[in-house]
Amino acid sequence: MSWVLALPIIIPFATAVLSFLFRKGPEGRWLSVVGSAGLLIASGILMAEVLAEGVIAAQMGQWAAPFGITLVADLLSAVMVVITGITGLAVSVYALADIDERKEALGYHALFQVLLAGVVGAFLTGDLFNLYVWFEVMLISSFGLLILGGQRVQLDGGIKYVTLNLVSTILFLAGVGLLYGMTGTLNMADLHGAVQQVENQGLLVVVAMMFMVAFGVKAAVFPLFFWLPASYHTPAFSVSAIFAGLLTKVGVYALIRTFTLIFTSDIAFTHTILLWVAGFTMVTGVLGAAAMNDFRRILSFHIVSQIGYMILGLALFTPLAIVGAVFYLVHHIIVKANLFLVAGVARRIAGSTELSSIGGLYKSAPVLAVLFLVPAFSLAGFPPLSGFWAKYVLVKASLDTEAYWIAGIALAVGLMTIFSMTKIWGAAFWTPHPSGLEPSLSTLPSRDRAALLLPIASLAVLTCIIGFFPEPFVAFAERSAAQLLDPTAYVAAVLGDVPMEATGLAQAEVLP
Amino acid sequence: MELIVASTVGVLTAGGVYLMLRLRTFPVILGLALLSYAVNVFIFASGRLSIDQSPILSPYGEASYTDPLPQALVLTAIVISFGMTAVLVMIGLGAFFESETDRIDIDTADDAAAPEKDTQA
Repeated sequence: MSWVLALPIIIPFATAVLSFLFRKGPEGRWLSVVGSAGLLIASGILMAEVLAEGVIAAQMGQWAAPFGITLVADLLSAVMVVITGITGLAVSVYALADIDERKEALGYHALFQVLLAGVVGAFLTGDLFNLYVWFEVMLISSFGLLILGGQRVQLDGGIKYVTLNLVSTILFLAGVGLLYGMTGTLNMADLHGAVQQVENQGLLVVVAMMFMVAFGVKAAVFPLFFWLPASYHTPAFSVSAIFAGLLTKVGVYALIRTFTLIFTSDIAFTHTILLWVAGFTMVTGVLGAAAMNDFRRILSFHIVSQIGYMILGLALFTPLAIVGAVFYLVHHIIVKANLFLVAGVARRIAGSTELSSIGGLYKSAPVLAVLFLVPAFSLAGFPPLSGFWAKYVLVKASLDTEAYWIAGIALAVGLMTIFSMTKIWGAAFWTPHPSGLEPSLSTLPSRDRAALLLPIASLAVLTCIIGFFPEPFVAFAERSAAQLLDPTAYVAAVLGDVPMEATGLAQAEVLP
Repeated sequence: MELIVASTVGVLTAGGVYLMLRLRTFPVILGLALLSYAVNVFIFASGRLSIDQSPILSPYGEASYTDPLPQALVLTAIVISFGMTAVLVMIGLGAFFESETDRIDIDTADDAAAPEKDTQA
């Protein structure tokens, strides 16, 4: 059983080593594709195991639960790993045509695989300090990917990106230190019980806020999102796509995990703050997008606004709202990564991502136009695409809790999203190209065309499948939400069937 | 003892935040380094401060010991933050040589105006 949990981490690491060794030749990129396919298969096995057996956990090195490093997968972790596998495979196929040999020789594929390993590790770990380590693995590889190529805009965005992320990491570490001082454990399942015995509940809320800010920077919520639009439009398109799909979602995942498992003592306070944050994040993100005129910058700001929806689901903290958050998470990763991939193709054939200097794609590349329409309108929440169901569940959840204002904001932001998408649609697809060019897919070499369009088409089909047959996905999200809201199974899987008392090595209570 | 450690953390944090708010690469890197030192000392203190005690449980009867786990955590954190600082220094140098300035608040109108170099095939 422990192999099932460890493989999704080991495969990308092994692939990273191999593709670094073969980085000078074409073998490297194929190794990357094979490795990503392997990750997808391993994640599928993990998912099957979790569906069959419920929460599964494995103690690394046979050190029993609260002391060693635990890997644990419940439905949320498993589905995030599967989505990572899907996105990773799509992007590594896309990279066959998108990444030039210079970047490959610099180690693009190795960094990409390490990034995947870091993301999967963060989803699977059951230990807070281990989560910090995975965050750093992700950060350092994403930093390498971000500045690969070494242009000035990249370096500039990279410094903002890494500085703000380091500050968040430092805050996270300080929170980990305080939490350890109070409870004497860092195992998340153990913490679930241990925090309830902490006498100084006020300090616990302080720690909760430190975690909220730290993960909030990673997730790019208001007012901590500024690094994201400053950096996401600069690297190669496949890098943008994987960042947009996965990186911020790790922050959201960490927020969901800690604020359902550990910090549930003062929901009235913490989750109300999250609700406000969600509202502001949605509004500022979408307004920022409305002010932008570049394909990728618009999409970057939309990541921010969409993060707001997921936080909204967590903040409402009802079963239905958590269902919405999980569903939104899954839907959003696929859609967002896909939009960035489309932006890359548009740039390849039309020459730019600046909306004012491209156009005519609808007439000369209708296939691309259709492939853009699917994720774009899914993002905006058009029925019957996946985004509609995600938004529907969240809006219904907020109406159920009589939070009418946040439901109104969510709907209005959806409308603004359509505005941005139609802006891209109008400028890049409908208006003729300003320099009279007729950008056509047939100008691409046929191998490149296949490598670029295959992932986009597959992800678009996936979006349609989720949209047309939402029933099993919603049912899955419901099971996952039930697990999140009642972590008994999670705790039992990690600590053994008899729930132990909190180990509490540091028994002395920290006083204010 | 507590006073010294607490004020060390405080001073390091204050200095780190002050330096981070400068808009040049070098002070920002120094500020980040100071902040990570502060948090390292902070984690260390979360295992309670005790003097002259080994981080090992003694096999002989009632032993007082100091908690080894925070020390291990700090060790990990030091290594990682050292690595990150090194990377950040490299990138700061790269940015400095590329743009001949170490300011980090170059506004977006600036790089939008600069023609985007196409490095792709």
